[in-house]
Amino acid sequence: MTTSVALAARAHSGLPVRAFYWLLVVPALAAMLAFYFFPLARVLWISVTEPRPGLDNYALLLTSASVHRMLLVTARLCVITTIVTLLLGYVVAYAMAHARGRQLRWLTFFVLLPLWVSVLVRAFAWVTLLRGNGLVNQSLLALGIIGEPLALVRNELGVAVGMIHYMIPFAVLPLYANMQGIDLRLVAAARGLGASPRQAFLRVFLPLSLPGLVGAGVLVFIFSLGFYVTPAILGGGRVFMIAEYIGVQILTVLRWGLGAMLATTLLAGVLLLMAALGRLVNMKKLFGAG
Amino acid sequence: MLTERAHTLHVRSLSKHYGRVRAVDDVSFTVRRGDFLTLLGPSGSGKTTILMSIAGFIEPTAGDILVDERVITHLPPERRNFGMVFQGYALFPHLTVADNVGFPLQVRRVPRAEATARVRQALDLVHLTDLADRVPKQLSGGQQQRVALARALVFQPDLLLLDEPLSALDKKLRAELGWELKSLHRRVGMTFIYVTHDQEEALSMSDEVAILRDGKLVQSGAPSALYDQPRTRFVADFLGTSNFLDGVVDGPHHAGVTYRCGPHRFLQAGPRDALRPGQPIVLSLRPEKIVLTADEPPGAINVLAAELVSWSYFGSGVHVLVAAPGIGQLAVTRQSWRLDVPLSAGKRVWLSWDADAATPVAEDS
Repeated sequence: MTTSVALAARAHSGLPVRAFYWLLVVPALAAMLAFYFFPLARVLWISVTEPRPGLDNYALLLTSASVHRMLLVTARLCVITTIVTLLLGYVVAYAMAHARGRQLRWLTFFVLLPLWVSVLVRAFAWVTLLRGNGLVNQSLLALGIIGEPLALVRNELGVAVGMIHYMIPFAVLPLYANMQGIDLRLVAAARGLGASPRQAFLRVFLPLSLPGLVGAGVLVFIFSLGFYVTPAILGGGRVFMIAEYIGVQILTVLRWGLGAMLATTLLAGVLLLMAALGRLVNMKKLFGAG
Repeated sequence: MLTERAHTLHVRSLSKHYGRVRAVDDVSFTVRRGDFLTLLGPSGSGKTTILMSIAGFIEPTAGDILVDERVITHLPPERRNFGMVFQGYALFPHLTVADNVGFPLQVRRVPRAEATARVRQALDLVHLTDLADRVPKQLSGGQQQRVALARALVFQPDLLLLDEPLSALDKKLRAELGWELKSLHRRVGMTFIYVTHDQEEALSMSDEVAILRDGKLVQSGAPSALYDQPRTRFVADFLGTSNFLDGVVDGPHHAGVTYRCGPHRFLQAGPRDALRPGQPIVLSLRPEKIVLTADEPPGAINVLAAELVSWSYFGSGVHVLVAAPGIGQLAVTRQSWRLDVPLSAGKRVWLSWDADAATPVAEDS
């Protein structure tokens, strides 16, 4: 069908078939150029022209104490989120890789469920649970485990909880895809050759799941860098991560140059991480296209 | 390098039920020290379930497994000290050949220097010393199979279990590695338990074969005993090929018993007891035990005239299909070299066989 259309096109216009296929891509490509790459280039441009031409904005990366503080908070939260998410996600993916039929369907359903709930709703739900007179604190007080309400939200702990909750499916899915490729008979073989269950896991299953772990780790870390709503709500205006910081620079204090510089830096950082990931693992396989 | 530490294995009334399905149903057998026992059966006969119970991967519903006099039925697999070659080999893809072979030593915390020496010996044993630094993906099927063997032998296990180790290989390689496996068994002097659905493998390698069907042990014994004296129609049919003569016992004879098949009367050697006149009888007659001649053989005991229907030539020999009035079609296998019967369809030929060539078999329940 496609071929005949292409051949017909060739017969009518005299264009080679390849050029005809390129023509099909042109509208999408034009839209991308006009509405994505052009604005992106403008951001890059602003970062070296506002408030005056030069690399002043980039110098702030080295000199500004508030930028340093924000970058440190961002890095710390992203690292903690990545580590905890990987640990929790690994357990879920491991259970999924060993589950069958109905069990597997329910596990998959509960992993995907949070993805269908708005991030805003989830953040406010966590505030309700974690605040001073929220469910968690009230339960702990009632049980007499604590005497004073714990500060669980409007700090980095609250932000981390929200981020980890959001990121778990993004860790589980690549981990599960990788674990599906592991022949579980290898673990049985290890047991048969004298390995304890612990040794069989550490020496056979864990090393074979390493590509999934690396892939999921980089993925979660990159996604974590861009969190905006969750830190804004669960941080209660006290925890500034890079995305919210950029938002404030551009919308509130109107330091467009600084905001654009940080956005550019973030983009460059993400691209570098992706490049590193591409060298470590097969990306197509990681995202299930291979 | 591997000592003569051979053990006896007893399987006593072993059963494994999955709901109402009896995968293994009251199976008992003993493997003598240093023997090569093959569990042979079609798929679903329970042979792999028995092997997995011996290995410790399957908890039996009832029964016991003993090594010498020690009950091991409920020990976890890693505490049984059995070597195992898995179907498809199950080599660790992330480890080199040397590390795969060294794995059982590593988890047993054998000191590094000793482990290195033993890995080397094990690789020598299977002629793979040169490939120690490769990973499994870079090896051929036959080489992978040898690595799996070396890995299963390196820690001097009490028993070696093999789950269809040759099934993934092509025919020629299978025969070659079969020879190697048998010579390896002689050299290491260990007790081997082998699972296969391939009757040729079972007959060629084993000291003893146990035939399974629907979870039950049908018959066990030396390969030649099983082939020459099958007890049931299933065993006769499953091991090699067999003609079946359905007849009625006629009466005792000084050399055995006579029976009738349609219009014919034949003599069967052997015990006369338990066969009463008028009783139905089924005999298994192997195609190669029938003599084929162009003229009526003088002085033969069991003689039958038949018509040649078709034939199939396979180099060393020829399979001939004949039709005998009142009996039906029979298969005959003869050497092709100096066969004195001209092969042409519709030709009249004579079949004859000795009184002890056939074996009475029981109908399967």
